Amino acid sequence: MKGFKTVTKGIIKENPVFRLVLGTCPTLAVTTSAENAIGMGAAVIFVLMGSNAVISLLRKVIPDKVRIPAYITIISGFVTIVQMLLKAYLPAIDKQLGIYIPLIVVNCIILARAEMFASKNGPLMSILDGLGMGIGFTLSLLVMGSIREILGNGTWFGMNITGGIYEPAIIMILPPGGFLAFGFIMAAINKFSTKKVEHTGCASCPMPCGVSNNGEEAQAK
Amino acid sequence: MNDASLMIIIISALLVKNFVLSQFLGICPFLGVSTKLSTALGMGCAVTFVMTIASFVTRLLYDGLLVTFGLEYLQTILFILVIAALVQLVEIILKKFVPPLYRALGIYLPLITTNCAVLGVALLNIDEGFNVLRSTVYGFAAGLGFTLALILFAGVRERLEYSNIPESFKGLPIALISAAFVSLAFFGFQGLLGI
Repeated sequence: MKGFKTVTKGIIKENPVFRLVLGTCPTLAVTTSAENAIGMGAAVIFVLMGSNAVISLLRKVIPDKVRIPAYITIISGFVTIVQMLLKAYLPAIDKQLGIYIPLIVVNCIILARAEMFASKNGPLMSILDGLGMGIGFTLSLLVMGSIREILGNGTWFGMNITGGIYEPAIIMILPPGGFLAFGFIMAAINKFSTKKVEHTGCASCPMPCGVSNNGEEAQAK
Repeated sequence: MNDASLMIIIISALLVKNFVLSQFLGICPFLGVSTKLSTALGMGCAVTFVMTIASFVTRLLYDGLLVTFGLEYLQTILFILVIAALVQLVEIILKKFVPPLYRALGIYLPLITTNCAVLGVALLNIDEGFNVLRSTVYGFAAGLGFTLALILFAGVRERLEYSNIPESFKGLPIALISAAFVSLAFFGFQGLLGI
């Protein structure tokens, strides 16, 4: 039961993209189509589960002071595996996602889960946590990717589903459309949920990439 | 790409393929640090500084170490470790030898390791096949592009602070939607190089 909860909390309650606002770069960059979103999501699920499992197994071995470099090395190991697998078996997806695959290394979600969950829990729970967070991430990307592909190209997973009833707004699959779709989805979530989305995601991240509160705190020092 | 003139590389990295607004690299600091003009400038300078050095060092190591020994597949691991070490090193050197610069940039340096723009530029240099000189120039120009986007957007956000915005759009949503329009403006540069 506890394991089930560990998986499901990542999907809605602690959704990494829309609730914790982590990993915004790939969310905006690869969601030009639903297919890309699934490809990126699958890669992140694999890396999250793998790195969570290894970090959890090594959590008593890794000295506290060098834990961040150790985590980064483990994560980039898994990312390299994904990169090689994609190149060998799904070259089309690999070409589409380009440098965003190696950039999974610096995706806040993975480091944040390592620090917040895997370094404190057993391997089984950590794998389940990675699975849940990964599914939450994939679903968010799928929502973004579907909206952008349907509005911007009139297709979904490459199938023409709108039947040409409207002229596709190409802007949605171009870079500005990414910001636009993300902004409107966040506003809708704010409107229909009682708890407001705060940009606190990276506050829990051990290596803040410069998010609001961190940047200002740093300046105050 | 090695015959591309340096000017084209600079314009492309600065305007046409701006790292933040058209390639979505470094969105976290873009949304986070762009609330004030002074912070945006400091962060931009620190990122430009690190990106220039990182481009130079990673390119040298890639050619000198990985290609020589046929270990190209290790590039992701090597680059992230080099960048992490480099950021630490730059911090120590600045602290010791150039205290005024350290006081200006120091607080932003630890935030840079996980900035995907830095790793991104190192990887793009390899993808594009730039030589050492062009890699370094590209890193510098991309950093300037990042700074430009950050400063422009900080100006927009300072005005947003005092605007009357619907409740559910306050904060992040309106910031993202305004970013869409800044990005749209940059999209106009696409025609510049005839791409």
